[in-house]
Amino acid sequence: MKVLVAVKRVPDPETTIRVKSDGSGIETDNIKYVINPFDEIALEEALRIKEKLGSGEVILVSIGVKAVSEQLRTGLAMGADRAISVGCDQELDSLGVARILAKIVEQESPEIVLLGKQAIDDDANQAGQMLAALLGWPQATFASEVELSDDQQSVKVTREVDGGLETVGFALPGIITSDLRLNEPRYASLPGIMKARKKEIKEIAAADLGVDITPRLTVQMLEPPTKKEGGKKVETVAELMTLLHDEAKVI
Amino acid sequence: MGNILVFAEIQKGSLPKSSLITIQAGKEAASKLGGDVLVAVLGSDIEAATQEAAGYGTAKVLAVSDAALEHYLADSYAAVLEQLVQANQVTMLVATSTAIGKDLLPRVAARLGVGMASDVVEFNEDGTLQRPMYAGNTVATVALDDDIKVVSVRSTAFDAAQPGDRSAVEQTSVSLDADATKLQFVSFNETQSDRPNLTEASIVVSGGRGLKSGENFTTYLEPLVDELGAAMGASRAAVDAGFVPNDLQVGQTGKVVAPDLYIAVGISGAIQHLAGMKDSKVIVAVNKDPDAPIFNVADYGLVADLFKAVPELTEAVKKAKA
Repeated sequence: MKVLVAVKRVPDPETTIRVKSDGSGIETDNIKYVINPFDEIALEEALRIKEKLGSGEVILVSIGVKAVSEQLRTGLAMGADRAISVGCDQELDSLGVARILAKIVEQESPEIVLLGKQAIDDDANQAGQMLAALLGWPQATFASEVELSDDQQSVKVTREVDGGLETVGFALPGIITSDLRLNEPRYASLPGIMKARKKEIKEIAAADLGVDITPRLTVQMLEPPTKKEGGKKVETVAELMTLLHDEAKVI
Repeated sequence: MGNILVFAEIQKGSLPKSSLITIQAGKEAASKLGGDVLVAVLGSDIEAATQEAAGYGTAKVLAVSDAALEHYLADSYAAVLEQLVQANQVTMLVATSTAIGKDLLPRVAARLGVGMASDVVEFNEDGTLQRPMYAGNTVATVALDDDIKVVSVRSTAFDAAQPGDRSAVEQTSVSLDADATKLQFVSFNETQSDRPNLTEASIVVSGGRGLKSGENFTTYLEPLVDELGAAMGASRAAVDAGFVPNDLQVGQTGKVVAPDLYIAVGISGAIQHLAGMKDSKVIVAVNKDPDAPIFNVADYGLVADLFKAVPELTEAVKKAKA
């Protein structure tokens, strides 16, 4: 079983994001970057599939600036077998990302592609679904449970949807995107980190893949959101009730 | 400008509020950009939902009834929407960012070979769109450069459509290729709850890590929730700790809500949580830490031990109602 996992380099969720004064982007000084948390969950699931089967290969792919190798190295230390770094200095939209990933899928022929349900920087929640469409593959987004059949030919995926849990099934190959409760990702162990240094990161250039990655969605300006002022502080429930009843008129 | 196609979800045979919000968003887009609003309803037994959808003053309702569409599945529904877009001079496709909208729309966009904007909160007159990014830390003005624009809208940013003139109904049939029928529906395990839907409730009471356990949600928070007739929500920290299921999660990676009254109990107020509730009309925070960031967005902050304050508040609500 070959599993491809797409990971994105994003600002650490604990980082305070500030918009540049000219609105052209966010301040990137002193930002720490990490693997997108949902992608880490996707990687963990891929590792668990391989461990359960006792065989297989987990391949990481990331697209972007040269520094994505830091995140790939982290993923290799968690246990992925090898990695592909697709070099690309221009801004990409989700369609461009999906087109690049579709090319990598063609080259690698994985049975399963796992991605995070959304990246926590652009919050688009699109790449996995778009990749599935481009490949003509089935998709199961927002996965909270993945169950591979005994013959390894198909999968049942439980999805976190509005109002409950939905289970869908499909014959492989297919796309799965991870939700929060799919698993708890492991930390890289010291031996894992040592081993990762020797693992391969293949570098290719997005421009060499022959796909149109001109962004269709472009960000023209960023603004900080309108600030809300903190309101009144009270010390007793009685005071609070009076305000909710007489001033806010909500109770 | 061509037509604006709105995808209206059907739940248990009728249109949920989120679908009325989608219709309204389509109307607002049409009023600013021009074009007629067409509403797409898909399913296997949809006569009642079609008639319902025809009651909101849109130009047309496109009804696609097919046994293969009994359950929502991303591949078949995306194939149908692509065909409706192609056949009806559609230049904008709109759905709401529900679980289905998020799953479906990117797939349609990629089938069409066009880009997409997610979670749009406003249509600008010049054709650009406003959407939050970085957990609501920024509001971005974005442009879609394709002739067909695919847009999901945030439900809290638009009102539900009001009933209007009857729309013409057109029954349409479509063909589904092999790539569009690979997904199989297996089962749906519905969350059993007598409480209102989290994204539609006028009052939401959410608990955070401060509640310390799932049992405390039951013992302390739920009586207040039920006394207020509210929906119950939770912070990601409470979900991560296993106190409550993920479908209660309010925030960047959960649900976005904007009720008349939002009560945050034992929630510190990480930016990721604020992203999901800061547009609520009145926000109340109960937290023992006076420096908790939740107080920066709260209209009314009660600095207190929640294990004392919440039962008192429940009693006070009971008395106020009596």
